[in-house]
Amino acid sequence: MTQKTILNETHRALGAKMVDFGGWDMPIHYGSQIDEHHQVRRDAGMFDVSHMTVVDLAGGKVRDFLRHLVANSVDKLQKPGKALYTAMLNPQGGVIDDLIVYYMSEDWFRLVVNAATREKDVAWITAQAAAFDVAVRERPEFGMVAVQGPNAREKVVGLLREEDRAAVSKLLRFSAREAKTTEGVDVFVARTGYTGEDGFEVIVPEAQTVAFWNALLAAGVKPAGLGARDTLRLEAGMNLYGQDMDDSVSPFEAALAWTVVLDEGRDFIGRAALEAQQAAGVPRQMIGLVMDEKGVLRHGQKVLTANGDGEILSGTFSPSIGKAIAFARVPAGEPGQVRVDIRGKEVPVRVVKFPFVREGKIQGGI
Amino acid sequence: MSEIPGDLKFLKSHEWARVEGDGKVTIGISDHAQGLLGDLVYVELPNVGDTVEAGNACAVVESVKAASDVYAPLSGRVVEVNAALADKPETINEDAYGDGWLFTMEIDDADQLNELLTPDDYAELLEDEDH
Repeated sequence: MTQKTILNETHRALGAKMVDFGGWDMPIHYGSQIDEHHQVRRDAGMFDVSHMTVVDLAGGKVRDFLRHLVANSVDKLQKPGKALYTAMLNPQGGVIDDLIVYYMSEDWFRLVVNAATREKDVAWITAQAAAFDVAVRERPEFGMVAVQGPNAREKVVGLLREEDRAAVSKLLRFSAREAKTTEGVDVFVARTGYTGEDGFEVIVPEAQTVAFWNALLAAGVKPAGLGARDTLRLEAGMNLYGQDMDDSVSPFEAALAWTVVLDEGRDFIGRAALEAQQAAGVPRQMIGLVMDEKGVLRHGQKVLTANGDGEILSGTFSPSIGKAIAFARVPAGEPGQVRVDIRGKEVPVRVVKFPFVREGKIQGGI
Repeated sequence: MSEIPGDLKFLKSHEWARVEGDGKVTIGISDHAQGLLGDLVYVELPNVGDTVEAGNACAVVESVKAASDVYAPLSGRVVEVNAALADKPETINEDAYGDGWLFTMEIDDADQLNELLTPDDYAELLEDEDH
């Protein structure tokens, strides 16, 4: 049974082309995904991300629980509102999901996890939480709108009541706080996103989500679909769960080593496996690719390197660069002259650092 | 959806053919097809002089979303390709039945045109797909 967000009818009225995305009926674009992409890079666009799963954790030992559950260290979260990107691993070190942890108070942390992995995530978190006496509560009664782009924050702030504007304007990156709109609606505003642009992700009670969306629309924020979201996040060098990593891939093989903290004495799930992998040598690596020749890199294409074959994970045409870009998983070591097999033809590609694009700018070396 | 020009013939797989006279036929993809694909970013065309066979893949159109084979509606020899698409593939999105043509071919056997769908048949097929 396909699920619908509260904005489903709104998307259709705006002329969206709808597709199935992990069991959800979601807009892929409202006309042109390339226009929507540029809209976010240059001004402000909004995405319905109400399909994502909000999970609240409550109890006296939530921090201890998260020290055990996730590979990044929640001890980095010292000021209320601060957020952390992390992976949660299985005992083999494979990624169960990637998520954002928001520290609101010592007895309340909020998680936002992927939609497609909702059931397995909630089951896993709940099972692990029992030993810590932490209450795990899914919050399906919320909608969520990601407003992204250089002008996005100002558009959102304009919808808030006077007394919350200064505080929300001053939110640091990867921080969140609660606020009220001019209509008195309680919202949770986080300076996070999945586009490589500045902006907010706003959690709104479901009953007020349509009105909130329409107020943004009236303020000049244009709707953008999952198509643009995918090209924006790949340009920004951000992984997509299920495509760039999954249960069988460790964070070291998915360019997520920066999210793993092997701090003294913290026994998080998957740690032993990661340490063993590190000691033995990580067999595979994730690299960024740019293709100067015409064509498009796609998921599943074979990648040929000096150390053996790999494959394209996420691949797309980058609207900002005007060339194809991709993540690929290939054998460890210096890859040498890399080629991609496109319909039987070996096309040369360049190995580059990512992000490919950040805050409207193509990065050096791309 | 835009009007389907009456002088075209179609394949079920959304290619169109327009008879230009002198045994020449221009080939493209339908407006419906470009709509399904979304923003086109790359087109791989056959070479002038290539022999193509009806029903075989002879070109590729790629959007941000997907790559799609283009099947030759007819058998014959490629005599001209729309080189302007290399820099402006989005022309297909803007004008699928006009400036967004892919290539022109010479056909020996005009009878094969009778195998193709009329604009009405094609329109009906699209309606059925929608239901």
